[in-house]
Amino acid sequence: MTSERFYDRTGPKVTQFARIFFFWHVLASIILFCGMSDSKKESWNSRVGVILAVAGSAVGLGNFLRFHGQAAEYGGGAFMIAYFLAFLLIGLPICWAEWTMGRFGGQAGFNSCPGIFNYITRKPAFKYLGVIGVLVPVIIYMYYVYIEAWCLGYAVNFLSGNMDFSTIEESSDFWKVFIGYGEDGSALGFGLKQVGFYLILVFVLNFFLIYRGISKGIELFCKYAMPTLIVLAIIILFRVLTLGTPDPAMPERNVSNGLGFMWNPVKHVVEIKDEVGNWVLDHETVDAEKLAGETLSAEADANTRVRRIGMVEQLLNPQLWLAAAGQIFFSLSVGFGVIITYSSYMSKEDDVVLSGLAATSANEFCEVALGGLITLPAAVTFLGVAGVAGMGTFGLGFNVLPMVFANMAFGEFFGFLFFFLLFLAAVTSSLSMLQPGIAFLEEALKINRKQSVALLGLVTALGCGFVVYFSKDVKALDTMDFWVGTFLIFVLSTIQIIIFGWVLGIEKGFKLAHQGAAVRIPRVFKFIMKYVSPLFLLIIFSLWVAANVFGINLRTGESEYSSYVRDLFIEPNTVAWLSVSLIAVVAALFVFIIAQNAEYKKLKKEENT
Amino acid sequence: MTAMGWLIMFISVGTVTTLLVWCIYKVLTTPEETEHIHGFEQETPDAETRD
Repeated sequence: MTSERFYDRTGPKVTQFARIFFFWHVLASIILFCGMSDSKKESWNSRVGVILAVAGSAVGLGNFLRFHGQAAEYGGGAFMIAYFLAFLLIGLPICWAEWTMGRFGGQAGFNSCPGIFNYITRKPAFKYLGVIGVLVPVIIYMYYVYIEAWCLGYAVNFLSGNMDFSTIEESSDFWKVFIGYGEDGSALGFGLKQVGFYLILVFVLNFFLIYRGISKGIELFCKYAMPTLIVLAIIILFRVLTLGTPDPAMPERNVSNGLGFMWNPVKHVVEIKDEVGNWVLDHETVDAEKLAGETLSAEADANTRVRRIGMVEQLLNPQLWLAAAGQIFFSLSVGFGVIITYSSYMSKEDDVVLSGLAATSANEFCEVALGGLITLPAAVTFLGVAGVAGMGTFGLGFNVLPMVFANMAFGEFFGFLFFFLLFLAAVTSSLSMLQPGIAFLEEALKINRKQSVALLGLVTALGCGFVVYFSKDVKALDTMDFWVGTFLIFVLSTIQIIIFGWVLGIEKGFKLAHQGAAVRIPRVFKFIMKYVSPLFLLIIFSLWVAANVFGINLRTGESEYSSYVRDLFIEPNTVAWLSVSLIAVVAALFVFIIAQNAEYKKLKKEENT
Repeated sequence: MTAMGWLIMFISVGTVTTLLVWCIYKVLTTPEETEHIHGFEQETPDAETRD
């Protein structure tokens, strides 16, 4: 098939629809086949299993592709202060609140967020707010599995020797063709260098594992995947830290400067004067010798200056706090509706305090000690600071890094290892996104796991098909990630910490948390969880809305509506509107299911009598 | 990388590594809880066959 034929005005639409139909048909057949099997009892098998499952849920692409970019942008030292503060003030508190409320609701037989909220608050409105705890993971799964397929596809292509890039442009072009970036409907090709085949593989793998249940599916997979992931990361870390100075002609491109770009608390930037006399950023310099040379040159040039940005100045930047809190938030999987569901399968005397701390510490280790030392140092070592500065998550992960591995000794092997590591991290996360939906459908519709797997499989396959079909500029993915994967997570986390501290009550909450606890939560966290965390969250959420919805620059005060708002109301974009409509339809479906559930109503009635 | 950069990196990496090691130690050395958890008897809705 020639490219003209493939991109024919009518031909490709029919071809792609046929492919999508075939994909769903195969998937539905597999699910229905699974549904005909005998049902078996299942539950968590061990505490280590629960911890690894929750840690697996938290450890994802953000640990290896997002964290270091944020840290480097805001100056490592200053960023880490805000990062650890956010960890203590919102990360850990919400995490403990979720674990505690989940186990508490689970004792009454509720495993879904709406059921647990309804049980704890006995207020009908909260069961509808709990829909967010099902909607978030289900919608995120629809596009996350697409990215997961990229990771698997990249790993396979590294092994096949197809990733021999000599420029960033070549690497970027490969990515665009691979994911169908250029045209809607072009992502579902089934060649080795197209995402369709890998998408079907990962979709089926996820549903196969989730069908096997909590212990034989999620727990068993995470028990092997998480240690494997850490071993792979340590191997890659060792390789990166021994890269030295690969190109003697460019001595400033070395591992030390790569680490410095991320961790140095003081930044040095070269600025130049524009036409109206304002100083504008030209580039950042890390290498000491280069900096000394540029400082000398700047002293002789009135239109150039080297500016030192210290830790205090960086800490006074509200964007830094927003970035640090956001990273903690998304990294720990709090506010996803996952932890509350996972912990609902625990019994009354099972420890939640140490388990929650262990799972979060495993995530932090993967993020700071592994992800923080691998990705950016490797990229700077080969491309220099200018080559990686300002790169987004996808740009760094799927354009820059393949190019880096392509230029590294044994790059094909290490490229395969890295993308396989990302794939494992993504699978452990995507699996966790399915369980809240499964639990909700079982609970609200009174169906068994096989039926709920089949139903959720259909809903997510339709949603995933939508995201993959509208692949141009990854518009559908981006829109859904913004409104659900960011906005609603803030909302759910705020609701959860308020329910824990103010509806359930901090005293009762602490009492429940300490049932069967192997360690105690320091008393100061009573105050933090009741006052500081909700306030901190509300401030961060308000800043986030101001910056990302209304487009207000928090330093200058200038404002311009964000592209997400423009796509909906100012310059309406069809795909953006369809994406939001899809979210609304799924939410309406869940609300309708809840409204029909007699058990939730009965709970309220029992309380009244 | 500057001396302060090295210091911040070691403090950050050391903190999260120490926390993880301590958690692993506590999880593995509290047998009563671990054994207890092994006995999850709670039946989830999956255990029931609803037709």
